[in-house]
Amino acid sequence: MTTPTTLFDKLWDAHLVAPESEAAPAVLYIDLHLIHEVTSPQAFAELEARGLKPRRADLTKGTLDHSTPTLPAGADGRLPYYTAEAEHQVDTLRRNCARHGIELFDFDSAHRGIVHVIGPELGLTQPGQTIVCGDSHTATHGAFGALAFGIGTSEVGHVLATQCLLQRKPKTLAIEIEGELAPGVGAKDLILHVIGEIGVNGGTGHVIEYRGSTVRALSMDERMTVCNMSIEAGARAGLIAPDQTTFDYLAKTPRAPRGADWDRAVARWSEFKTDHGARFDRVVRIDASAIKPTLTWGTHPGQVAAVDAVLPQAGDADEAKALAYMGFEGGAALAGRPVDVVFVGSCTNSRLSDLRQAAEVLRGRHVHPRVRMLVVPGSEQVKRDAEAEGLDAVIRAAGAEWREPGCSMCIAMNGDLVGAGQLAVSTSNRNFEGRQGKGARTLLASPLTAAACAVAGQVVDPRDYLAHAVKEVA
Amino acid sequence: MSASIASADAGFVELVSRSVVLRERNIDTDQIIPARFLTTTERKGLGKFAFNDWRYLADGAPNPAFELNKPENAGAAILVAGRNFGCGSSREHAPWALTDLGLRAVISSEIADIFRSNSLKNGLLPVVIGQELLDELLARPGIELRIDVRERRLHLPDGRSAEFPLDAFAQTCLIEGVDQLGYLLRQQEAINQYEQRRATAQSQTQESSHAR
Repeated sequence: MTTPTTLFDKLWDAHLVAPESEAAPAVLYIDLHLIHEVTSPQAFAELEARGLKPRRADLTKGTLDHSTPTLPAGADGRLPYYTAEAEHQVDTLRRNCARHGIELFDFDSAHRGIVHVIGPELGLTQPGQTIVCGDSHTATHGAFGALAFGIGTSEVGHVLATQCLLQRKPKTLAIEIEGELAPGVGAKDLILHVIGEIGVNGGTGHVIEYRGSTVRALSMDERMTVCNMSIEAGARAGLIAPDQTTFDYLAKTPRAPRGADWDRAVARWSEFKTDHGARFDRVVRIDASAIKPTLTWGTHPGQVAAVDAVLPQAGDADEAKALAYMGFEGGAALAGRPVDVVFVGSCTNSRLSDLRQAAEVLRGRHVHPRVRMLVVPGSEQVKRDAEAEGLDAVIRAAGAEWREPGCSMCIAMNGDLVGAGQLAVSTSNRNFEGRQGKGARTLLASPLTAAACAVAGQVVDPRDYLAHAVKEVA
Repeated sequence: MSASIASADAGFVELVSRSVVLRERNIDTDQIIPARFLTTTERKGLGKFAFNDWRYLADGAPNPAFELNKPENAGAAILVAGRNFGCGSSREHAPWALTDLGLRAVISSEIADIFRSNSLKNGLLPVVIGQELLDELLARPGIELRIDVRERRLHLPDGRSAEFPLDAFAQTCLIEGVDQLGYLLRQQEAINQYEQRRATAQSQTQESSHAR
């Protein structure tokens, strides 16, 4: 009998061009290389300086998302770029893709969008693959049982030139999640809770595999939300083994295999799972049934609290600094804090199901007059689907802004930003100081919580805003 | 006193410098260089944006309380920082900004994976030491430290020293000034063979499935 191995081991072994040794890291083959305008220009310049060309332009796909405006083109047909430099960066990727025959999902494409939204929705992302991108949220694609991780720009150059990366084998961390999520509690609450448990550095040096009945019950959109934030616990990658939910999702995507190829692909994909009895370097167990709607309160994603909790007293200088930056006092309630901005979007929560949840809360209600709310679909496809259901009308009628696809306010480098001192409830992934704009204060939350806070104008429990109020009797 | 870097040809074998200390834990890449400065298509000249939001006051003047702005820290090449330095985004602009500022090593008790990988490709040495020693270094800013890349050892002025982990491959690259892309390009034959193996395996699966 062969030794039982983990999903991660199988992915690793299947992509070894050369194994690692004491003297050298492994050479790992990359099946899909996603590129965007921000982290690729210097890599193309490096290739050019060395007289190199991309080895596999066919395995490289580009999109425009980070620096792009989310407002439509003006009357003159020009997009309202935040700066000339941002527009130049976009043009640089256009030139690089055209020159090397790399497919680019540009503004004229029906599929442009946030890189981690379009890969899965096109079916480019498939189980058993290795996927990299110059973006730390590449972990998102791990929801399909692909080994997917963020790389730096030098490594973008390595993959362009050789389709390979030099890698030391990371350790494995199993996060076993059991129990049913309560009504009004979703994947975002779950992953914020997990990061709060293991810490913002709890996954450093590890690849996480999310396992257990709670994970099996999640939809693909929800699995992507969970895997997306693996990096916020320091893990470069998060994995969920592919199953029927994965195959059903992929069957509807335009780039998935067809006919006999589909059957062969499903048979191959089904092998990518952890064997019974396989050993992980570390195991953490989480009880999902106890999780409440969860938000961050500080300046990193490990500083989390349930919506009905009081803020912790500063345990050290760092926590005191975080509370001061946020304008909070230890011991005070999180609920009831006045909110200035609400952002629903980003590679964490901008898929159709996320927008449906926000719209469910907004339907027949109005955003509080103090609040500016932006809803930014993750891709052209998400935007079309949402509009076909009339979600845009619900969102607009409630007084929120319905924007064009992009990273938007998550990264504040495209014109969408939160003002200094303003408090934002955001469905994005990072609450670092200044992440959403210099001096901006961010509470990370689920789409339900974000929409409820927009209506109330303050931090509230979203369970009071659902069609059938589900909050347990205190 | 400014830093001295001993090198073998273009390589990096030893670094002697006073330390500059940022005590905060979890200093993320958005602090090292905020995203709004990432619209550049260049890798040079990013030092002016390093720690921008901590380094400058609202009116744009340098914040005199920020360690890297203090005259006594001018020229320091070794940054000592609280635990979990470099967490967050994969932006290589972070080590580009730090090296442009003159930094050549970061010492902490934990350094985030992608930041560490990016740093090693840019001549910025990540030095991970135990929390106890880090606490001591955090409490004693400005002491002269010596980092020996060959011995993978950090030397304190009082004669004590501590070994730090450094991948043998990364160490060779630093010392010999070898770049990793060059190494990968020499793996061409193995990469060709891997692609052929995969293509063969795929066509075999197809044949057996047609035969079924």
